[in-house]
Amino acid sequence: MKIKVKLFAVLREKVGDSVVIMDVPKFSTVADVVNELKVKYPMLDPFVDHVMFAVNTEYVQDTYQIKNSDEIALIPPVSGGEL
Amino acid sequence: MILVTRDTLKAELVTATVLKESNGGVVTFMGVTRGETNGRKVLGLEYEIYPDMVEKMLRRISDEVFQYWGIADVSITHRFGFLKPGDISMVVAVASPHRKSAFEACQYVVDRIKQDVPIWKKEVFEDSSVWIGSE
Repeated sequence: MKIKVKLFAVLREKVGDSVVIMDVPKFSTVADVVNELKVKYPMLDPFVDHVMFAVNTEYVQDTYQIKNSDEIALIPPVSGGEL
Repeated sequence: MILVTRDTLKAELVTATVLKESNGGVVTFMGVTRGETNGRKVLGLEYEIYPDMVEKMLRRISDEVFQYWGIADVSITHRFGFLKPGDISMVVAVASPHRKSAFEACQYVVDRIKQDVPIWKKEVFEDSSVWIGSE
Protein backbone atom coordinates (compact mmCIF):
# COMPACT_ATOMS: atom_id res chain seq x y z
CA MET A 1 0.00 0.00 0.00
CA LYS A 2 1.05 3.58 -0.66
CA ILE A 3 1.76 5.88 2.22
CA LYS A 4 3.07 9.41 2.58
CA VAL A 5 5.87 10.17 5.03
CA LYS A 6 6.46 13.78 6.04
CA LEU A 7 9.88 14.91 7.18
CA PHE A 8 10.69 18.07 9.07
CA ALA A 9 13.63 20.15 10.22
CA VAL A 10 16.87 18.17 10.47
CA LEU A 11 15.30 15.07 8.85
CA ARG A 12 14.01 17.05 5.89
CA GLU A 13 17.44 18.60 5.36
CA LYS A 14 19.25 15.25 5.54
CA VAL A 15 16.96 13.66 2.95
CA GLY A 16 16.60 16.79 0.84
CA ASP A 17 12.84 16.37 0.57
CA SER A 18 9.87 17.11 2.84
CA VAL A 19 7.71 14.26 1.56
CA VAL A 20 8.59 10.68 0.71
CA ILE A 21 6.06 8.33 -0.88
CA MET A 22 6.60 4.70 0.05
CA ASP A 23 5.11 1.39 -0.89
CA VAL A 24 4.89 -0.85 2.17
CA PRO A 25 3.27 -4.25 2.85
CA LYS A 26 -0.19 -4.43 4.37
CA PHE A 27 -0.28 -4.42 8.21
CA SER A 28 3.02 -2.54 8.46
CA THR A 29 3.59 -0.60 11.66
CA VAL A 30 5.17 2.81 12.03
CA ALA A 31 8.35 1.05 13.19
CA ASP A 32 8.41 -0.98 9.96
CA VAL A 33 8.15 2.19 7.93
CA VAL A 34 11.00 3.78 9.88
CA ASN A 35 13.20 0.72 9.30
CA GLU A 36 12.42 0.88 5.59
CA LEU A 37 13.27 4.58 5.59
CA LYS A 38 16.61 3.92 7.27
CA VAL A 39 17.49 1.46 4.51
CA LYS A 40 16.49 3.94 1.83
CA TYR A 41 18.11 6.91 3.54
CA PRO A 42 21.00 5.71 5.74
CA MET A 43 21.82 9.30 6.66
CA LEU A 44 18.67 9.36 8.81
CA ASP A 45 19.97 6.63 11.07
CA PRO A 46 21.60 8.79 13.77
CA PHE A 47 18.50 11.00 14.02
CA VAL A 48 15.48 8.70 14.03
CA ASP A 49 16.09 7.23 17.49
CA HIS A 50 14.79 10.40 19.12
CA VAL A 51 11.83 11.16 16.92
CA MET A 52 8.16 10.92 17.79
CA PHE A 53 5.54 9.81 15.31
CA ALA A 54 2.23 11.16 14.15
CA VAL A 55 -0.32 9.52 11.88
CA ASN A 56 -2.84 11.87 10.29
CA THR A 57 -1.67 14.63 12.69
CA GLU A 58 -2.13 12.61 15.92
CA TYR A 59 0.79 11.32 17.99
CA VAL A 60 1.03 7.51 17.98
CA GLN A 61 3.41 4.82 19.28
CA ASP A 62 5.69 3.09 16.78
CA THR A 63 3.59 -0.07 17.16
CA TYR A 64 0.70 1.71 15.44
CA GLN A 65 -0.54 -0.23 12.40
CA ILE A 66 -0.91 1.98 9.39
CA LYS A 67 -3.61 1.94 6.78
CA ASN A 68 -3.63 2.72 3.08
CA SER A 69 -3.11 6.45 2.33
CA ASP A 70 -2.19 7.33 5.92
CA GLU A 71 0.05 10.33 6.36
CA ILE A 72 2.92 9.53 8.69
CA ALA A 73 5.07 12.30 10.13
CA LEU A 74 8.43 11.93 11.78
CA ILE A 75 8.62 14.55 14.50
CA PRO A 76 12.15 15.37 15.64
CA PRO A 77 12.56 16.98 19.10
CA VAL A 78 10.57 20.22 19.16
CA SER A 79 12.13 23.59 19.85
CA GLY A 80 11.51 23.63 23.61
CA GLY A 81 13.49 26.41 25.23
CA GLU A 82 14.60 27.14 28.79
CA LEU A 83 12.06 28.26 31.35
CA MET B 1 -8.12 33.05 17.87
CA ILE B 2 -5.60 30.51 16.63
CA LEU B 3 -3.15 31.67 13.98
CA VAL B 4 0.08 30.43 12.47
CA THR B 5 1.57 32.80 9.97
CA ARG B 6 4.68 33.98 8.16
CA ASP B 7 3.65 37.57 8.80
CA THR B 8 4.82 39.92 11.55
CA LEU B 9 2.97 39.42 14.83
CA LYS B 10 1.59 42.42 16.67
CA ALA B 11 0.98 41.90 20.37
CA GLU B 12 -1.60 44.67 20.64
CA LEU B 13 -3.71 43.17 17.86
CA VAL B 14 -3.64 39.72 19.44
CA THR B 15 -4.45 41.21 22.85
CA ALA B 16 -7.39 43.11 21.38
CA THR B 17 -9.05 39.81 20.44
CA VAL B 18 -9.51 38.87 24.13
CA LEU B 19 -10.43 42.28 25.57
CA LYS B 20 -13.95 42.44 27.00
CA GLU B 21 -15.62 44.47 29.72
CA SER B 22 -16.11 41.31 31.78
CA ASN B 23 -12.39 40.51 31.71
CA GLY B 24 -10.55 42.35 34.49
CA GLY B 25 -7.23 40.59 33.94
CA VAL B 26 -5.42 40.29 30.62
CA VAL B 27 -2.03 38.62 30.28
CA THR B 28 -0.09 38.75 27.01
CA PHE B 29 3.11 36.78 26.49
CA MET B 30 5.55 37.46 23.67
CA GLY B 31 8.33 35.13 22.62
CA VAL B 32 11.16 37.16 21.11
CA THR B 33 14.14 36.02 19.04
CA ARG B 34 17.41 36.46 20.96
CA GLY B 35 20.44 37.93 19.26
CA GLU B 36 22.94 35.72 21.06
CA THR B 37 23.19 32.26 22.52
CA ASN B 38 26.01 31.14 24.84
CA GLY B 39 27.93 34.24 23.84
CA ARG B 40 27.63 33.58 20.10
CA LYS B 41 26.01 36.09 17.80
CA VAL B 42 22.79 34.78 16.23
CA LEU B 43 21.79 36.15 12.82
CA GLY B 44 18.29 34.76 13.17
CA LEU B 45 16.08 31.77 13.74
CA GLU B 46 14.43 29.69 11.06
CA TYR B 47 11.09 28.36 12.35
CA GLU B 48 9.57 25.35 10.69
CA ILE B 49 6.13 23.97 11.52
CA TYR B 50 3.79 21.13 10.65
CA PRO B 51 0.87 23.45 9.89
CA ASP B 52 -2.14 21.09 10.12
CA MET B 53 -0.92 19.51 13.32
CA VAL B 54 0.12 22.80 14.93
CA GLU B 55 -3.30 24.37 14.36
CA LYS B 56 -5.05 21.29 15.69
CA MET B 57 -2.87 21.15 18.81
CA LEU B 58 -3.16 24.86 19.54
CA ARG B 59 -6.93 24.52 19.33
CA ARG B 60 -6.72 21.61 21.75
CA ILE B 61 -4.58 23.62 24.20
CA SER B 62 -7.14 26.40 24.01
CA ASP B 63 -9.86 23.83 24.86
CA GLU B 64 -7.79 22.65 27.83
CA VAL B 65 -7.66 26.19 29.18
CA PHE B 66 -11.44 26.32 29.01
CA GLN B 67 -11.67 22.95 30.75
CA TYR B 68 -9.25 23.80 33.59
CA TRP B 69 -9.99 27.50 34.19
CA GLY B 70 -13.27 28.12 32.41
CA ILE B 71 -11.48 30.73 30.31
CA ALA B 72 -12.71 31.06 26.72
CA ASP B 73 -10.83 34.22 25.80
CA VAL B 74 -7.53 32.75 24.63
CA SER B 75 -5.59 33.71 21.53
CA ILE B 76 -2.53 31.80 20.43
CA THR B 77 -0.42 32.93 17.51
CA HIS B 78 2.91 31.63 16.25
CA ARG B 79 5.10 32.80 13.44
CA PHE B 80 7.24 30.67 11.13
CA GLY B 81 9.91 31.31 8.50
CA PHE B 82 13.09 33.31 9.11
CA LEU B 83 13.02 35.67 12.10
CA LYS B 84 15.66 38.23 12.94
CA PRO B 85 16.79 39.09 16.48
CA GLY B 86 14.07 41.14 18.16
CA ASP B 87 11.29 39.68 16.02
CA ILE B 88 8.28 38.26 17.86
CA SER B 89 7.89 34.50 17.31
CA MET B 90 4.80 33.93 19.44
CA VAL B 91 2.05 35.92 21.09
CA VAL B 92 -0.33 34.36 23.60
CA ALA B 93 -3.11 36.47 25.11
CA VAL B 94 -5.39 35.24 27.88
CA ALA B 95 -8.16 37.23 29.51
CA SER B 96 -10.35 36.36 32.46
CA PRO B 97 -12.45 38.18 35.06
CA HIS B 98 -9.53 38.01 37.55
CA ARG B 99 -5.76 38.13 37.12
CA LYS B 100 -4.69 34.95 38.91
CA SER B 101 -6.25 32.55 36.45
CA ALA B 102 -5.15 34.70 33.51
CA PHE B 103 -1.48 34.48 34.65
CA GLU B 104 -1.73 30.74 35.28
CA ALA B 105 -3.48 29.94 32.03
CA CYS B 106 -1.08 32.05 29.96
CA GLN B 107 1.94 30.29 31.44
CA TYR B 108 0.23 26.95 30.90
CA VAL B 109 -0.32 27.69 27.21
CA VAL B 110 3.29 28.76 26.62
CA ASP B 111 4.69 25.72 28.46
CA ARG B 112 2.43 23.37 26.52
CA ILE B 113 3.50 24.86 23.20
CA LYS B 114 7.14 24.24 24.07
CA GLN B 115 6.41 20.66 25.08
CA ASP B 116 5.10 18.78 22.08
CA VAL B 117 3.67 21.10 19.44
CA PRO B 118 5.56 20.39 16.18
CA ILE B 119 7.47 23.64 15.83
CA TRP B 120 11.20 23.53 15.22
CA LYS B 121 13.82 26.23 15.18
CA LYS B 122 17.21 26.44 13.60
CA GLU B 123 19.73 28.88 15.02
CA VAL B 124 21.63 30.57 12.24
CA PHE B 125 25.13 31.83 13.08
CA GLU B 126 27.60 33.66 10.89
CA ASP B 127 29.43 30.46 9.96
CA SER B 128 27.01 27.64 10.70
CA SER B 129 23.50 26.68 11.75
CA VAL B 130 21.93 24.09 14.03
CA TRP B 131 18.46 22.64 14.60
CA ILE B 132 17.71 23.02 18.31
CA GLY B 133 17.26 19.64 19.95
CA SER B 134 18.74 17.60 17.11
CA GLU B 135 22.23 17.22 18.60
